[in-house]
Amino acid sequence: MKKSFLIYALLAFLSFNNLQAQDVYFTKTAKLDFDATPANPVEKIEAVNNEGTSILNLITGNIVFGALIQNFRFEKALMEEHFNENYMESSKFPKAFFTGDITNLKDVNFKKDGEYKVNVKGNLTMHGVTKPISTDGVIIIKGGKISSKAAFTLKLADYNVDRPSVVASKISEIAKISVFAKYELKK
Amino acid sequence: MKKYITIFALFCFQQLNLYGQIVDLSKMLDEELNTNNERNYTTATFKTTRLVNGHTNEQDAAGVLDFRIGHRFGAFNTGVYNFFGLDQATMRMALEYGINNWLMVGGGRSTYQKTYDGFAKAKLFRQQTGKKNFPISVNYLIAMAVKTLKFTNPENKNYYTSNFFYTHQLIIARKFSESFSLQLAPTLVHRNLVEKLTDKHDIFAVGIGGRMKLTKRACVNVEYYYQVNKPRDVVNSLAIAFDIETGGHVFQLTFTNAAAMIEHAFITQTTGKWSKGDIIGGFNLSRVFTLKDPRKRGTKNEDLGNK
Repeated sequence: MKKSFLIYALLAFLSFNNLQAQDVYFTKTAKLDFDATPANPVEKIEAVNNEGTSILNLITGNIVFGALIQNFRFEKALMEEHFNENYMESSKFPKAFFTGDITNLKDVNFKKDGEYKVNVKGNLTMHGVTKPISTDGVIIIKGGKISSKAAFTLKLADYNVDRPSVVASKISEIAKISVFAKYELKK
Repeated sequence: MKKYITIFALFCFQQLNLYGQIVDLSKMLDEELNTNNERNYTTATFKTTRLVNGHTNEQDAAGVLDFRIGHRFGAFNTGVYNFFGLDQATMRMALEYGINNWLMVGGGRSTYQKTYDGFAKAKLFRQQTGKKNFPISVNYLIAMAVKTLKFTNPENKNYYTSNFFYTHQLIIARKFSESFSLQLAPTLVHRNLVEKLTDKHDIFAVGIGGRMKLTKRACVNVEYYYQVNKPRDVVNSLAIAFDIETGGHVFQLTFTNAAAMIEHAFITQTTGKWSKGDIIGGFNLSRVFTLKDPRKRGTKNEDLGNK
């Protein structure tokens, strides 16, 4: 019995190490770009958030992104205030997040350098609304480091972000979101 | 053999257990986003740097230039002859600038007594949650004004410093909810020269004001300045404004019994009474220009806030 317990403990310990240490990658400095500049812009409506969180599970292909709305930086302070106060209502809905899966995980070889095209499917929650999203992205392996990159568009009206008629021509109804995350091993 | 099956089963169970713990990335993400170790400063307590005539705790962001025009018509009770005050006008034009995230300065010229004014406003404490909780914002305003009207008795020996006015003000504000904010502003106004022998050089006043949002882009503001040692021949100023925000500028429609828009004047020199119809309509216009891109400065949370 003693022997079996030892074997069990050893196995459990090994498995714990394996899963915990090698399969979950993580970053708190993911870069998220937001662009709602219309076709004939009066001014550029774009912001960047360098404090996004992203976690990637290499075994399951599970991938998540999340960010605080108030960390989006605009060129103009007033624009940033309006973004938080009038459009995204960040005091009511402080976070935006995506949870999804890489659908073609088997095409990615995390051990070999290269750029792997992936498709990601999941749900995006923003401004209190959750909608399914599917997008193409890239997993980049370089010198053992893992990064992910993707860009997609969304309709602001789908997320109940209203653009009053006075500003309708100044803000595009379609926003472009780009994400870039450079992962570290989750400890 | 049986023993090994048990071990294997246990092992599998353990694996599943671990798997379950690790795989829930959305839970992990949630924890990451919720363990917010940053300072979350309360923003937009008021829509602009002015409630109506007086200052709010809001300051122009670093690198933002604010061009302001304040316009006051005449009193409503001047009747149809003056088209209910619209024939008369006083105004103040000003340029104000946010030097950094805690200091702003401004200068202006009012037609009221041909006055030049300059001020500096600094954030002492900021309302915040997160890493640290602080319930109120406190700002300090120092303002100086110079009246350039010709002296009434040019034959006397007049000193140019006689026309100086100083204001010190603490602005204590709290954003109670998304739509409701209040502020309290203890104020000291010093006049270098007063008209009568019995007039005091220092007037203490307390401003109380608040705003209530009507829609996301419009709100109503009320502001009252109570003079503690008020001379008999002046009244306290009471003002109401409607803020309407349209993209790059804020339009304030104002109703007040004060003709002036600078602290020493509207606090201590108001004579009109609301009850007698001395109501002065007007507006404040603010247009901001971003001179420095804030993204090059780094993130907001690196601000020099209260430590």
